[in-house]
Amino acid sequence: MVDYFNEDITSLHDKLVRKEISVRQLVEATYDYIDKTEGKVNAFITLNKEAALKQADALDEKGVDPDNLLSGIPLGIKDNIVTKGLKTTAASHILDNFMPVYNATVMDKLDALDTITVGKTNMDEFAMGGSTETSYFGKTHNPWNLDKVPGGSSGGSAAAVAAGEVIAALGTDTGGSIRQPAAFNGIFGIKPTYGRVSRWGLMAFGSSLDQIGVMSRTIKDSALVLNAISGHDEHDGTSAAADVPDFTAALNQDIKGLKIAVPKEYMDEGVDDDVVSAIKAAIATFEKLGATVEEVTLPYTKYAVPAYYIIASSEASSNLQRYDGIRYGFRAKDVNSLKSVYVRSRSEGFGDEVKRRIMLGSFSLSAGYYDAYFKKAAQVRTLVKRDFDQLFEKYDLVLGPTAPTSAFGLGEKITDPVTMYLNDILTIPANLAGIPAASVPAGFSKDGLPIGVQLMAKALDEATIFKAADAFERHTDFHNQVPAFKGGQN
Amino acid sequence: MISKEQVTHVADLARLEFDEAQLNNFTTQLDKIVDFVDQLNEVDTTGIEPTTHVTSAVNVFRDDVPQKGEGRAALLKNVPEERDGLIRVPAIIDKEED
Repeated sequence: MVDYFNEDITSLHDKLVRKEISVRQLVEATYDYIDKTEGKVNAFITLNKEAALKQADALDEKGVDPDNLLSGIPLGIKDNIVTKGLKTTAASHILDNFMPVYNATVMDKLDALDTITVGKTNMDEFAMGGSTETSYFGKTHNPWNLDKVPGGSSGGSAAAVAAGEVIAALGTDTGGSIRQPAAFNGIFGIKPTYGRVSRWGLMAFGSSLDQIGVMSRTIKDSALVLNAISGHDEHDGTSAAADVPDFTAALNQDIKGLKIAVPKEYMDEGVDDDVVSAIKAAIATFEKLGATVEEVTLPYTKYAVPAYYIIASSEASSNLQRYDGIRYGFRAKDVNSLKSVYVRSRSEGFGDEVKRRIMLGSFSLSAGYYDAYFKKAAQVRTLVKRDFDQLFEKYDLVLGPTAPTSAFGLGEKITDPVTMYLNDILTIPANLAGIPAASVPAGFSKDGLPIGVQLMAKALDEATIFKAADAFERHTDFHNQVPAFKGGQN
Repeated sequence: MISKEQVTHVADLARLEFDEAQLNNFTTQLDKIVDFVDQLNEVDTTGIEPTTHVTSAVNVFRDDVPQKGEGRAALLKNVPEERDGLIRVPAIIDKEED
């Protein structure tokens, strides 16, 4: 009855307004389909079926507002965004029974527009990882090839959208956690400017880097959801006071004269041939549409990864101090002193990747090492940011691959942290600089795995990203491809 | 080179503990990671100001107006061990502790 591969939010809205389907039927169809696919994909940690159906009935009673495109639209929400009365775990054992008593600001905004929370999506534990393999709740499989990772950390949100389980989902991005899984799953994903969307109610990882964003099959759907969640929030002192434009106004525009920079470091060795070919083809499409594309250099790109891992881990080691087994979350059994409550609860409650980051962060901030590690990384961050500032004086967009490879195999990189970290090399710079960046479907590898092209703009200029991405989408067909669900016999 | 003693010291700062096998594993991995981040030493950062956040905001204040909280009962719902509306913890003053 409803097939998300043949719909977008606007078409679903029309069906609801015309009463071709009721909200209850839409929600039921969503869960029926999820029942069929979750055994293969495992995109969700928690489903919200009972409450969702109740909400659907209430909406059917009240009637879908013809002026509110999001009314009655089912969405997936990453499980590090707190949802009042709906279990929120950050995919960690330490929070596996955590029931939020308040809503994140983004959830209040979506609730006010009557969207329906289908469930909470799987992710790397505390959003630390690039494959969703560090989740306490099992691995998520890439719908294009079930033996491959969905990327991470928003791998559950990406796989749920790509598998047709939901039309759109919220993700979060600290070093590429929206864009890389979007690329690996052949969908669109945008990390807005740092400060564009309130982080009140987002479980903090790297506070100077974290940002909530949107993932969807079409660019318009992400524009609609981003419209809904953006804006200043007095609960988040880092949220931007700037006006929020209507991002859908950037769609269906001409991009003649748009100035695009392609850093040569982004096309360098270490990037797969398939990825380079897809990006070159994307560049040719942009040129055909009237954009001018020039090669530039971002010499500090290589240092963005080590700088990021020090900064993000230092902030994480501080943010994760709150998980102490006292007021909420997992508490170790049979402990007889306060210190051992802390030590045992944390040691039993956190997974290995989280511990590695806490250790690296605590080391970088510790007496005698602060200047050589944390301060040095923060200085390199200045240089990375300065490079972007200079580029945006001359160019509207920076373009490159989203990730150096297409989706890698489950289990392939999880044992080697440094190799896993290097997969983030092309997404991390935007977080360090605080600028908006998106991944747009741009082709497939020889073995049929999706590839994404990344577009970055200056701070608060998401509109230019939407404008260019939409023009690209209108002239390509990659976003209409449907995943094969192949493999998975293990 | 990161030593096992350093790792044990940092683990104590972070309120984590490792058994011998984990300690060996974490020492090897952290050594590799620290070796990797050490490439930052190739960058000349003389006179460069560190960036710790990317907004232009300085201090963000709100008016000091009392607001209604979530309430005691709601907040106690997630407490692992509770008694009589209070959070239960092991003895805080313990002669064997440092």
